[in-house]
Amino acid sequence: MAVRDAGVRRRAGVDEVLLAGWPMDLNGVTSVITPGPADALPDWQAGDAWLAGGTWLFSQPQPQLGRLIDLAGLGWPTHAVSDSGLTLSATGTIAELDRLDLPPAWVASPLIGQCCRALLGSFKIWNTATVGGNLCMALPAGPMIALTAALDGVCTIRMRGGGERHLAVPDFVLGPERTALQPGELLRSVALPVAALCRRTAFRRISLSPNGRSGALLIGTRDGAGAFVLTVTAATRRPVRIAFDAVPDAQALRERILAAIRDPDWYDDVHGTPDWRRHVSLFLAEDIRQELTR
Amino acid sequence: MILTVNGQAQDAAPRPGQCLRTLLRELGWFGVKKGCDAGDCGACTVHLDGEPVHSCLLPAFRAEGRAVTTIEGLGGPCAPGGGPAARTHPMQDAFLDAQGFQCGFCTPGIIMTAAALDQGQRQDLGTALKGNLCRCTGYRAIRDAVAGVPHAEAPGACADPVGRNLPAPASRGVVSGTAAYTLDVAVPRVLHLKVLRSPHAHARILRIDRHAALAVPGVVAVFTHADVPPRRFSTGRHENPADDAPDTLILDPVLRFVGQRVAAVVAETEAAAEAGVQALVVTYETRPALLDPDAALRPDAPLVHDPRDRDPPPPWADAPPLLPHPNLAAEAHGAIGDVESGFAQADLIHEAEYVSQRVQHAHLETHGAVGWIDADGRLVLRSSTQVPFLTRDALCALFDLDRAAVRVLCGRVGGGFGGKQEMLTEDLVALAILRTGRPVQWELTREEQFTAATTRHPMRVRVRMGARADGTLTAIQLTVLSNTGSYANHAGGVLHHGCNESIAAYNCPNKRVDGYSVYTNTLPAGAFRGYGLSQTIFAMESAVDELARGLGLDPFAMRRRNAVRPGDPMVSTSLEPHDVAYGSYGLDQCLDLAQAALAEAALAEDPGARPPGSDWCVGEGMAMAMIDTIPPRGHFAHARIRLDGDGYALAVGTAEFGNGTSTVHAQIAAQALATTPDRIRLIQADTDAVLHDTGAYGSTGIVVSGQANLRAATALADALVQAAAARMGVAPEHCRLAGECVETPAGPVPLTALAPLEARAEADGSPRSVAFNVQAFRVAVHPMSGEVRILASIQAVDAGVVINPMQCRGQVEGGVAQALGAALYEDYRLDHEGSVLTRTFRNYHIPACADVPDTRVLFAETHDRIGPLGAKSMSESPYNPVAPALANAIRDATGARLTATPFAPDRIFRQVMAAVAERERAAP
Repeated sequence: MAVRDAGVRRRAGVDEVLLAGWPMDLNGVTSVITPGPADALPDWQAGDAWLAGGTWLFSQPQPQLGRLIDLAGLGWPTHAVSDSGLTLSATGTIAELDRLDLPPAWVASPLIGQCCRALLGSFKIWNTATVGGNLCMALPAGPMIALTAALDGVCTIRMRGGGERHLAVPDFVLGPERTALQPGELLRSVALPVAALCRRTAFRRISLSPNGRSGALLIGTRDGAGAFVLTVTAATRRPVRIAFDAVPDAQALRERILAAIRDPDWYDDVHGTPDWRRHVSLFLAEDIRQELTR
Repeated sequence: MILTVNGQAQDAAPRPGQCLRTLLRELGWFGVKKGCDAGDCGACTVHLDGEPVHSCLLPAFRAEGRAVTTIEGLGGPCAPGGGPAARTHPMQDAFLDAQGFQCGFCTPGIIMTAAALDQGQRQDLGTALKGNLCRCTGYRAIRDAVAGVPHAEAPGACADPVGRNLPAPASRGVVSGTAAYTLDVAVPRVLHLKVLRSPHAHARILRIDRHAALAVPGVVAVFTHADVPPRRFSTGRHENPADDAPDTLILDPVLRFVGQRVAAVVAETEAAAEAGVQALVVTYETRPALLDPDAALRPDAPLVHDPRDRDPPPPWADAPPLLPHPNLAAEAHGAIGDVESGFAQADLIHEAEYVSQRVQHAHLETHGAVGWIDADGRLVLRSSTQVPFLTRDALCALFDLDRAAVRVLCGRVGGGFGGKQEMLTEDLVALAILRTGRPVQWELTREEQFTAATTRHPMRVRVRMGARADGTLTAIQLTVLSNTGSYANHAGGVLHHGCNESIAAYNCPNKRVDGYSVYTNTLPAGAFRGYGLSQTIFAMESAVDELARGLGLDPFAMRRRNAVRPGDPMVSTSLEPHDVAYGSYGLDQCLDLAQAALAEAALAEDPGARPPGSDWCVGEGMAMAMIDTIPPRGHFAHARIRLDGDGYALAVGTAEFGNGTSTVHAQIAAQALATTPDRIRLIQADTDAVLHDTGAYGSTGIVVSGQANLRAATALADALVQAAAARMGVAPEHCRLAGECVETPAGPVPLTALAPLEARAEADGSPRSVAFNVQAFRVAVHPMSGEVRILASIQAVDAGVVINPMQCRGQVEGGVAQALGAALYEDYRLDHEGSVLTRTFRNYHIPACADVPDTRVLFAETHDRIGPLGAKSMSESPYNPVAPALANAIRDATGARLTATPFAPDRIFRQVMAAVAERERAAP
């Protein structure tokens, strides 16, 4: 998926242009620039979009776009493993992520496969869709958001005109299809610290159909000292992280969830009513609590 | 740039924003299909350097220097347009042997995906195929294909072919990607058509400024309401055009739904047409919109078709029917006996309102047509339609053309389900061809399919039903509100049909129906599989189930007590004579078969038949359905069969869109001519082929068109015997047709000596018979989340003599799957301004492989005295009993009586939780 400019919003309600009935050739796009590894990125202009995998860009009309800046030529390595943890390039594909062979001490690793499988797209989409694209789409159901939020991911953002800034994933994803990226900014990578990768994890997901878009995707983690963190995604408009010093009892967990996620925060679209998302999130969270208590 | 496709180095110059799918089709690889252009359906799957990808999502420039394999080249290198590769891939053979397709439009993408799976992925096809959608098969045949389970018999080995599992004649083309669908043709100098669609649910066009659009390079013409014939018609097509109210113009200055055509742009490329559409400047005067069908008949409701918008009819024309409200598109009223006295005799009465939602046909090939003026000056249209002849007639009426001046034909059609019993593209394409003189093509996008094509009629059905303590029904009353949307195509037909067989299936002295089909400013509903019955049967069969429960009776026994049997009059709300008879009767067998299979399912050991956990609630339910085998009031087919030097050429009118009629036509003709089906060449779905054919709708492929074929083939067989007897000077009764010769007492006469010889016949669709379906489910329901798992699905059907059991099974499985979509997932969402929100498959979920269990299909053994060779129809009807059977099973499992589809977890969990809690309180 192309890293998406946060300044471009989809319009709500009646959309005259969409109604023209578009073929998925992006006929408004008149140029594609593919910078090489040594090239400077072109100056950002209105109508630009970063092109990563393209699986979202090419999946619906983009009448506002005139130019694609193709990130494939930058040659970013898909990932880096170090003593401090795992760094995922924004341009690495889901398929590459799923194939990673990680140190056995990183007991959180199975979460990667679980989150890849939570993607609505099939393994064919994995071959082109990227980790960064999933984050930048900022869909509530984005499983890469769930993965990286649960594992304390920190985003590295290339600022327009040079320089970098860093944001934790829950601060990067602001709402449905809305991120903290400013126009011209580019998500470079997400770093998962080794401490997070060494936690026990529990994963729960539910959708309206067996392999449908996630209606609620919850991940619990527990570290060696007993600290418990619950990450709620898909059910909410943006990822919600709730931390405890120790695994709470059922009542405390429920209260903290309801305190952290207010009624307007439960997401509402065709993939689940807010009422149901709240309801299933509470019982999936309890399931996770019980698993990580054992 | 250079890319390699199927071993051929090809030079291409993709546009910057072009995707690989359209580039490959421009290069002549028509096996790469467009199902959605959004990455959801997988029909465009190709291999890029060996890895499967959705070519609609891949920027074309990324294929530079890489190797692309399409379905045409899966078996080995080949040239575009050069026919299938010399060798086929084993997966292509497997799909042929298992007949893992029906319309076949999704098949190239599914084969390309399946061919790339490893052993582990093949063990979990629900996951591996989640990026591939098939609307026809219900996936069992696809799963069998991937697993290498063969079903098809060799056509050349099938003498006496009726009852045999013949593969579709087009199988080789379908699995190799060379079967040409509607737009899989390269038409030189073709122009592309695009339309601007209304952003308003109700508005009048004040002005359209076309100057900027005409200035766009490549734009050839712009058409508005000022350019169209002032004739109203209905997009709905019936044998009698008067069946549907003429309320539609090709382009109308009044816009009645969000998505209606405003103006059309014709250009040298799709991109130019699109730019032209964007450049149109339109001034609208908006009007109050009517979105709620419940408000339609109020005195102050906005008028969808305001009489003041129309010129009064000329004095010589029929006045429009007088209806009590301009928003009433059709109504149905009737009664037998006296329902109030029937309710007075009842020991138990059930009354509730059952709501069926708007759903899409979702055939994988969107609507589209391409046409041109041929060398003889005739207008030719190649269209994705179920009704080429009726479309031809409609075009003749619209444009004042003789029948001889218009030809409509089909390629292979990528699914229909009733959605192509409409004229949704051909009128505008014909206009553009006639005005420009150039070939013109129009292909609807998937988004247009969702926003501007037709749907099932959303209905509210209030049912009131009474029974005595022994289960005998005393009164049935239906009050129906059907939402036909902004146009009345099929409004009356669907309403009347929905209120007919659903209640005629039961003996009951007191019945009453009051039905209303109303206009609203929403997208038009139209013909859809079941044609109104799925909505009313949901209500009826839920009510029968409630009465059985309330009276402590077994639901199968309740049907046996009340359902019609031979000798009983089939009566809905009129005692007028009709032409429906019990050509054969297998409902009793269907009930027995389904009940026995359900009992077996409860004992099944395999993991899929067990609930996922001990906290799930398990239950069973069933429902039945009856359907007339043919629509009323005339359905005609002509057939022509000719013996020539190459064997037999059979010409029929029916289109092939996954209905399987082509296979059965070959079987019927071969049976009559004592030969094998591979000797029958089929010429079909072309107004030049035969005199007339009403079309493949109302489940008539076998019982009307097949009947005409049987009569023609039988006549030809007789003529061949007569000719051989005359030649040899022997009595015809001592001669016998046997494959390639006629055997006579004086020795065999080879057919080649008798050619050419031709016979013609017709069928008029009367009398009609009845077919039956009984669906049963065993389900598990999660009492907290509202998830429903189907542990067993059974459908027993009475299709008379089953001419092709493999295909008939496929029709039933596909019907169950499509109905499960409506029962569990599918729903249109409209915003408060009437605009469709669910415009993609990822937001309108049709069943994928993981969503559809195998259905055990059981056949009653009957021989219909009306249908050809004892056969009855079996195409729409499997859809009809599914939603109520599922609702009844959920009721059994949880105590919750669900009255609105879909039964999605987020909609049912509250009711399920409350019912389960209530039951636990009642029985601690």
